[in-house]
Amino acid sequence: MTSFALRRLLIAAPTLFIIITLSFFLMHWAPGGPFDAEASLEPEVIANLQAAYDLDKPVAIQYGLYLGKVLRGDFGPSIVYIDRTVSELLAIGLPVSLRLGLSAMLLAILIGGSFGILAALKKNSSADYAVMSMAMTGIAVPSFVMAPLMSLIFGVILKILPVATLEPRGSLAEAIPALAPITPYIMPVIALALPQIAILARLTRGSMIETLRQNYIRTARAKGLASRNVVWAHALKAAALPVVSYLGPAVASVVTGSIVIEQIFQLPGMGRFFIQGALNRDYPLVLGIVIVYAVAVIILNMIVDLLYGVLDPKVKRHA
Amino acid sequence: MSLFAAQRDAHNALLEGATAIQGRSLWQDASRRFKANKAAMAGVMVLGLITFSAIVAPSLSAYSIDDLDWMNINAPPSLETGHWFGTDDTGKDLFVLTWIGARVSLAIGVMTTAVALSIGVIYGATAGYVGGQTDNTMMRFVDVLYALPLLFFIIILVTVFGRNIYLVFLAIGCVEWLTMARIVRGQTLSVKQKEYIEAARASGAGSAVIISRHVLPNVVGPVIVYVTLLVPTNILVESYLSFLGLGVKEPLTSWGVLISRGVNTIESAPWLMLIPAILLAVTMFCFNFIGDGLRDALDPKDR
Repeated sequence: MTSFALRRLLIAAPTLFIIITLSFFLMHWAPGGPFDAEASLEPEVIANLQAAYDLDKPVAIQYGLYLGKVLRGDFGPSIVYIDRTVSELLAIGLPVSLRLGLSAMLLAILIGGSFGILAALKKNSSADYAVMSMAMTGIAVPSFVMAPLMSLIFGVILKILPVATLEPRGSLAEAIPALAPITPYIMPVIALALPQIAILARLTRGSMIETLRQNYIRTARAKGLASRNVVWAHALKAAALPVVSYLGPAVASVVTGSIVIEQIFQLPGMGRFFIQGALNRDYPLVLGIVIVYAVAVIILNMIVDLLYGVLDPKVKRHA
Repeated sequence: MSLFAAQRDAHNALLEGATAIQGRSLWQDASRRFKANKAAMAGVMVLGLITFSAIVAPSLSAYSIDDLDWMNINAPPSLETGHWFGTDDTGKDLFVLTWIGARVSLAIGVMTTAVALSIGVIYGATAGYVGGQTDNTMMRFVDVLYALPLLFFIIILVTVFGRNIYLVFLAIGCVEWLTMARIVRGQTLSVKQKEYIEAARASGAGSAVIISRHVLPNVVGPVIVYVTLLVPTNILVESYLSFLGLGVKEPLTSWGVLISRGVNTIESAPWLMLIPAILLAVTMFCFNFIGDGLRDALDPKDR
């Protein structure tokens, strides 16, 4: 198990290196720079600005300088957000995005998983059809349609939840003060989780149905084991495998989804900084965010892989 | 003599019988199963209708995409004014915008998938066919890319090289080929060991011929299924980009652009968002139903 984890770590380092290199050169080879919009500036001022951000040096040198700084944990100054370093911005954005993304993942696994199991156990019943049509809707209706509709209904019309603010407003926060701090996150988390709930429900259902057909399940039933025990003790672990292997891509899509969700609900997360940075050619900011996201995704993928290794004895043998 | 004649007659009778029994190919079987699937057939029909409307509908309206109707700004859908879907905040006719947007969204779905298909099939078939260490390295690279939030790269590509519709095709296609490569590689690996490949090699066929003539035709099934699921995915990716203000540019429009602009007026003029959103969702439903139907029809496992 330890060697398995170690090998994963060894792959992570080059992965990160590839990501940094790829995004660095993509951004720098492009025509235009961050100071193009400031046409009114004197050429000397622009030259000074470029020197201050190392933009006057050859790209290869800039790349070397940047790598060195990143290794020391310094992502450099932001260009758009004057007087802020990228690290300061990340310190604001990361907790918001992390809270949003992890809650959405957790919600998706819990709800998607249990709906999927329910649908599989009651295959071809009305409950099954209800779950499957909800899942189809979740896949067909994109989150940037769902989210504005939700904020219109629950925020603007019913005034239950706060919209576009981290302040706890709305009737839910007033009715139950204990819930007040999380109220700004409720709608974004649900909107972010919905497509994943749908996909996970479908996946779990399919894999559970497949597993329940296996011989060892029939044996377990034949020896008189209660249906509940058959499902929880025997079927669930095997049925979880394909679902767990989807969690890696799921992490990636939650991360990309959160860019849109943060934009709609105007949460000060990394996704919003990323879009601002990309639109304004803020190289240090965009690269910093890409690196942090990549690290987060790599770590979460590693956890998923380890989980997979625990569940699937075949993987352990290979490692 | 009569003995031979009798034998010949017997043979002919057998042959006639044989031609009377029509053999059913795998594809005929599959198409029968697909046609029996009501949801999938409905999907095909509705999608056909949407595509047809996208081509024809803009010319049916009295307005063109450039007309600004200052008398009707943010007007609700109405038959009298001829703005069947209403108008937006500049007085443009939403009916025309929506169907022009449909053209762009569908074109993007198809073109990006074509790009992803070409890259994925070539990459996957090569990895699977060559096998060994090459296969290992190639697929490890795919694994690495798989774990990345690729929308980031699309966003960087688009902001860096400008918002050009062909670039959107390429950018989305260039990052969405991974699953395709995995599917094709897996299929190739299993097809490669079949006897008819060995027979082809024994009769002196080269690798290129074997891949294109014998391997690829036999991996088509799962690829078709995945293609029908990739088209809607890519339409969604473009909508995401447009929603963030990074998709197609004026005067072109797409469902994503229309939805993102409609969100701003969701309280005062909800139809601006709802009509394109409903069409987008219906299209997603259609593709997913068709994809599920194709999978059931082509996948021998669940027969």
